[in-house]
Amino acid sequence: MSLLDAPGATVVTAESAAPPRQGRRGRYLPYYLAISPFFLIFGVFWLYPLGYSFFVALQRWDGIGPMHFVGLENFRFLATDATFWHSILNTLLIWVMSVVPMTVLAMLIAIGLNSTIRFTGLYRIAYFVPNVTSTVAMSLVFASIFSGQFGILNWVLGLFGVDPVPWLTNPWGIRTAIAVMIIWRWVGYNAIIFLAGLQAIPDEVHEAARIDGAGPVQTFFRVTLPLLRPVLLFSVLMSAISGMQVFAESQVLVGNRGGPEEAGLTMVLYFYNQAFYYNDFGYGAAIAWGIFLVVVIFAILNWRLIQRPERRRAGEVAP
Amino acid sequence: MIWTRRGRVITYLAMTAGAVILLFPYYWLTVMASNTTADIYAYPPRLTFGGHFLANIGQVFARIDFFGSLLNTVVVAVATTLLVLLFDSLAAFTFAKYRFPGSSVLFGLLLATFVVPTQLAAIPQFAIMADLGWVGSLKALVIPAAANAFGIFWMRQYCQSALPDELLEAARMDGCGFLRTYWNIAVPVLRPALAFLGIFTFVNSWNDYLWPLVVLIDSHHVTLQVALAQLNGLYVKDYSVVMAGTLVAIVPLIVVFLFGARHFIRNITAGALKG
Repeated sequence: MSLLDAPGATVVTAESAAPPRQGRRGRYLPYYLAISPFFLIFGVFWLYPLGYSFFVALQRWDGIGPMHFVGLENFRFLATDATFWHSILNTLLIWVMSVVPMTVLAMLIAIGLNSTIRFTGLYRIAYFVPNVTSTVAMSLVFASIFSGQFGILNWVLGLFGVDPVPWLTNPWGIRTAIAVMIIWRWVGYNAIIFLAGLQAIPDEVHEAARIDGAGPVQTFFRVTLPLLRPVLLFSVLMSAISGMQVFAESQVLVGNRGGPEEAGLTMVLYFYNQAFYYNDFGYGAAIAWGIFLVVVIFAILNWRLIQRPERRRAGEVAP
Repeated sequence: MIWTRRGRVITYLAMTAGAVILLFPYYWLTVMASNTTADIYAYPPRLTFGGHFLANIGQVFARIDFFGSLLNTVVVAVATTLLVLLFDSLAAFTFAKYRFPGSSVLFGLLLATFVVPTQLAAIPQFAIMADLGWVGSLKALVIPAAANAFGIFWMRQYCQSALPDELLEAARMDGCGFLRTYWNIAVPVLRPALAFLGIFTFVNSWNDYLWPLVVLIDSHHVTLQVALAQLNGLYVKDYSVVMAGTLVAIVPLIVVFLFGARHFIRNITAGALKG
């Protein structure tokens, strides 16, 4: 728990802070009351539901009528449900298709922001504003941009002699469109974060590299990028978390079923479908646990990717 | 870094081009919202603003209860934001500056809640809301969101760096109790952090879609996001009407964002570098 004893965490002990006339318990009461709203809300609306959702996953239940206990049948079905596996694949594909170009673009934008002196405030706002705009609203706009027959994108491509691409009727077109929306929403956010990382690197480091005869490209890949590692990892982890949750983009763009060949069916969309569209709460709860498992595995994989090079580097330093 | 004049010009051109591409969807939204559906479907497409915005928006108002859902969204976002600011800052202040039996364990527990995926709780939450009779009610959106681990964690970090112990000690000497210390000493110092958390919460609440879609089912009290999805579902053919509704739905939030943008963007990065 390094977070708990972080520097600066000096603490006023209750002994000195509380009026003496109160009893031992009463002395601490204000503190418990002060933190109680979170734990109350968390307990009632999050923790209790977690246990309850496991119970629901063992039932056949439409959410209104009586429950029928079915044991592990929902989980057994989930393990062999091709659609669920397909939704995992879609989610991962869309994540990879968005995170790779997004990270490269965000880095380029961050370098641009770092080397411009004028209008930086305006640039930052312009690049950041997609992040706070409603996903539903912009998915509607992108649905029109990507429209096969009437979309402006195909019209622009046509100006360059490219035949119309059936974006929203082709599996890869759908995934590309969703990935583009995710990139659009998050590229500025990540650029701002990378920029902060760039600005935290002392000028002397670049100066030293230059004196040692490194060119700008070499300096970037050998000096800047390794120093940005923690920031890059933060960004990848954040995008992994939000990437596993993609829902609105898919639902608005291609509907509840995920479009042709269910190419836009993400894990959360499949969950929503089964639970709240087909009212199969028992199976929906099982899917939710399946998603949880996928997220945990994915997080562990990410974590190991982070840890390994750190250990290697530590090993190099050790005698 | 040393830049040649040409390099500088290219950088500004590239940055501007990037911004134009990123902002294009907003322009295109406005173009579509101010033309007729026939113009949208025309080939080649009409690339400039038209004069049909008022007619389109009139159609929106006639077809969905736009102002009702706008009001619902504002009520939910404002109520959630105020509660989050109060509960999160109070808990953060306590965790940052006071030690009491179980405080480390409780804070550890709070951090552990980060990993709980929201959709895992959605079905039982819906069942709880049904038991409480809150399905279709705005309470179902506000109460579960009224305090969150992220805000407390982030705010606690801020408390530790911004609130010196001497200040609290001085307040204690002057006879300030816990609540008065919080309100009179901590809150004024925490104002920048409250501003960030406030905008962050407001934006997320305003844009939330999955949970409102689930819990406001078959209800006349929907939020703007759900209303937009309904407008699109029911009147797909009248695309310009849908776009007019979309445009009006995103403008308030962008205005709110622009007011606090500089401050907000600075704090986003602060969180990333510390975290």
